[in-house]
Amino acid sequence: MSEPASPPTPPAAEPAADQTSPAPRGRGQFGRTVLDAILEGNSAVVTILAIAVAMVLGGLLIAFTDPAVLRAWGSFFAAPGNAIAQAWDAAAGAYVAMFEGAIINPHTVAAVFHQASLATALHDGYVSAVFSPLSETAVNATPLILTGLSVGLAFRAGLFNIGAAGQWIGGAIVATWLGFGVSLPPVIHVIVCVIGGFAGGAVIGWIVGELKARTGAHEVVVTIMLNYVMYYFLAYILGTSSLQQPHSTNLISPVIAIDSRLWHIAGPSLRVNAGFLLALAAAAGVWWLLERSTTGFEFRTVGANPSAARTAGMSVERSWVLVMLLAGGLAGLAASTVIQGTDYQLNFQSYGTYGFDGITVALLGRARPLGIVLSALLFGALHAGGVQMQAATQIPVDIVTVIQSLIVLFVAAPPLIRAMFRLRRARAGGLSETVAKGWNA
Amino acid sequence: MKLELKGITKRYGSLVANDHIDLTVEQGQIHALLGENGAGKTTLMNVLFGLSQPDEGEILIDGQPQHLGSPSHAIRAGIGMVHQHFMLVPVFTVAENVTLGMERTRVLGLLDRRRTRRDVRELSEQYGLQVNPDALVEDLPVGVQQRVEIVKALLREASVLILDEPTSVLTPGETEELFRIMRDLRAGGRSLVFISHKLKEVQEIADVITVIRRGQVVGQRPPTASDAELAALMVGRSVQLRVTKPPASPGDVRLDVQDLTVAGEEGRPALDAVSFQVRAGEILGVAGVQGNGQTELCEALLGLLPPAGGSVRLEGRDLTRATPQQRLRAGIGYIPEDRQEDGLVAGFSVADNLVLDVYNQPPYSSGIALNLDTIRKTAAERVADFDIRTTSTATSAGTLSGGNQQKVILAREIGRDVRLLVASQPTRGLDVGSIEFVHRRIVEERDQGVAVLIISSELDEIYALSDRIAVMYEGKITGFRDPDVPAEELGMLMAGATDADAAASRHGDGLGAAGAETGLMASGLLGIGVPDTGPPAEAAPPDAAPGGTAPAAAGDGDPADDRGEPE
Repeated sequence: MSEPASPPTPPAAEPAADQTSPAPRGRGQFGRTVLDAILEGNSAVVTILAIAVAMVLGGLLIAFTDPAVLRAWGSFFAAPGNAIAQAWDAAAGAYVAMFEGAIINPHTVAAVFHQASLATALHDGYVSAVFSPLSETAVNATPLILTGLSVGLAFRAGLFNIGAAGQWIGGAIVATWLGFGVSLPPVIHVIVCVIGGFAGGAVIGWIVGELKARTGAHEVVVTIMLNYVMYYFLAYILGTSSLQQPHSTNLISPVIAIDSRLWHIAGPSLRVNAGFLLALAAAAGVWWLLERSTTGFEFRTVGANPSAARTAGMSVERSWVLVMLLAGGLAGLAASTVIQGTDYQLNFQSYGTYGFDGITVALLGRARPLGIVLSALLFGALHAGGVQMQAATQIPVDIVTVIQSLIVLFVAAPPLIRAMFRLRRARAGGLSETVAKGWNA
Repeated sequence: MKLELKGITKRYGSLVANDHIDLTVEQGQIHALLGENGAGKTTLMNVLFGLSQPDEGEILIDGQPQHLGSPSHAIRAGIGMVHQHFMLVPVFTVAENVTLGMERTRVLGLLDRRRTRRDVRELSEQYGLQVNPDALVEDLPVGVQQRVEIVKALLREASVLILDEPTSVLTPGETEELFRIMRDLRAGGRSLVFISHKLKEVQEIADVITVIRRGQVVGQRPPTASDAELAALMVGRSVQLRVTKPPASPGDVRLDVQDLTVAGEEGRPALDAVSFQVRAGEILGVAGVQGNGQTELCEALLGLLPPAGGSVRLEGRDLTRATPQQRLRAGIGYIPEDRQEDGLVAGFSVADNLVLDVYNQPPYSSGIALNLDTIRKTAAERVADFDIRTTSTATSAGTLSGGNQQKVILAREIGRDVRLLVASQPTRGLDVGSIEFVHRRIVEERDQGVAVLIISSELDEIYALSDRIAVMYEGKITGFRDPDVPAEELGMLMAGATDADAAASRHGDGLGAAGAETGLMASGLLGIGVPDTGPPAEAAPPDAAPGGTAPAAAGDGDPADDRGEPE
């Protein structure tokens, strides 16, 4: 690939720009490697390209819905440069704001150096401000990691867990109730609530697995229906005295006890808390379970070929029940990190979209724990950055959801991405293509 | 029509799938293409059918060079193909299927169903295909579906018919029936290319045999060539076709099955009070036309099907109600009939597949964790021991050839300490080299004192391995025989004759011809009518007569076939 690719292919464009003069041969080889990876469906490359394409499309969407840009296009023939510049500014401005909200904001770094000493900077919270975007990214990613693991674990055992939303509610109700309803010593209270959250979700997941194992009911139908059941059960129970805040007419629970809240791990002014570590630990645990344990071997076999699993003496039904129980528990943990980590109370809106985002996170992460953590961090960053973007540029935060969905759309259709980037290449010679199609043998 | 391939070369990257292949198929000839799996037979036929383009070489039809850019070119040139996996729409009728892609229409684009039906019926009568144009394809047995594919090709006026491993999906009876049809087609002046890796079939049906090995033509032989010669050509070294095995020395009863009954569909038991015993150091072969309860017997022995009655005992221990895992632990080794579906996880590595049913036992696991090092080390040993051709133990099993996949299963099942080995169709679809290997290993197991139960619908295999033979028919065991029993007698038992009648056939000379009938009887059982009620004499040659074929050429057909073309 000697020609630099268009902007959406950073991996290919970079070397072409860096090494214009020396060693054209090395450049070609690198291009070939990248290309082969794309042609052979290397999932990492497809994923990166999918993200890039979605970002570009998102940028176009921002640019062409911005009122100033639209005005500039109106006088395109008078000042064509202006229209393009305006469009670029709008998109670039939005992404810069997003970056500042999700990763690091140069102004906050500069502010640190304007302080008299590091000590005062620390004391006055300027250092915290530098890390605030990263903290927000982590906070947003935490429940997504867990619901992503919930969906991903079930995927690996061949089950489509569309019910992480309902399981989340199950976990949230138990964790919240334990949070304000009982009083326990500090550390123990946290642990009890976390376990309660896991158990609350696990029960909902277990129902699904048990129904499938005993009656053959399809898990997709059951989980979707349970989502409705849990959604309206939440609405109902938040209106009863058992979970509603006293003297309130809103559907909102009491605030949970301070002892039951997850600890802040980077100082009191940053929201990032122990829930993030819990999510990472859960990802490591799921990895170990799937790749290193006998139970995980069963899950994977059942997922890949249930009849071979049966013939090998495994109990497919037992695996279904167990995997749905664990998947539900992970979704319940996600609720626990939200309630105990950031919200401290449960209201009718707080179940948000964690459950459904878990499906997209698991898809993007290809149901692998590491992939799930990375894609949850990406989505977390998009969410955190989106809030900042809306504040700075008045572009609605919903554009983030559009980008997020586009990413998954492109990942779910790898041939689309491959077709987009192969066009240029098909003329140059189709060796890899033939190999990819295979020969019978 | 004369078909010539000259110097056909097809490369896939560095791999040469076809290396300068020359092949001439004369009119009215059955030309067999013999080779192991992966020798390049199917690649060659895909080139011929226009599915892929050769890198070098040319294809001539009646001396005219052809460019076959796509299957539709090939069809127009008079080439028809019956694929190994049928290209039929199950919910369509036969007539609808054969007309797909060349729909005949009347005014206003209405489908001319009547004409299609008539054409199908005429072709069916002409060649004794017994295909009902109004039957739904999904209701038809595999053998009949294959004939629908043949009708499809004939309706497109194919004068060269390529049959890609047509017998791999057929029972012995259906195979006989197919061969009869092939002979009729030959008599009708058509040329046939018959792709196979089965020596017996090739010798029986072909006029010329071309052997392909590693993408090259390694020889051409007449059908009178010996088994050993053909096998050696095919594999590239001399092969032992008969398993040499010392006489069995049976010990105590290992497996004792009494009155085992399994419920089937429509109230008829799939397994009807089956009783037999297998002793240590003995191979019991279960013969029978497929679909007579063999699959259910295997699954009931492994505990996948719940028994409705009877008992299963292994070394005196009652396993009737045991789970599959308990039975495997008790020492049953199991080689399933469908290795892709039940035996392997295609996406898993060879190493993982080698521990698929022992993953949770020491030394492969300690408690709840897998011992990956042990699994990897054992896998490497097994790969070497069983000569599994794979690039590494981390290669996914789905990429291996059929023979190597079967070796993985065999290595797993006899690699542990088994007391009873149940092997169902252990060599189905394998090439000669792999069959030899699998048979040798099974006999070795027997000699080490394992009780072995072989279920096979191939009589050759039953004869080669068994120390005793049981025959199944409609869920019952119709008789036990020693391996020196004549094939005719086994055929009678497979077709449902009673034990006494079959035994009587060995005396009385008049019944000597029964052997020729058994194939027909067996196919009759499958509900495929056998048209030996006189040839359809007035086979009117309608417009369906192949364009390029001169009817006069039919004269040099098989003289033994008394069905002359009306001229």
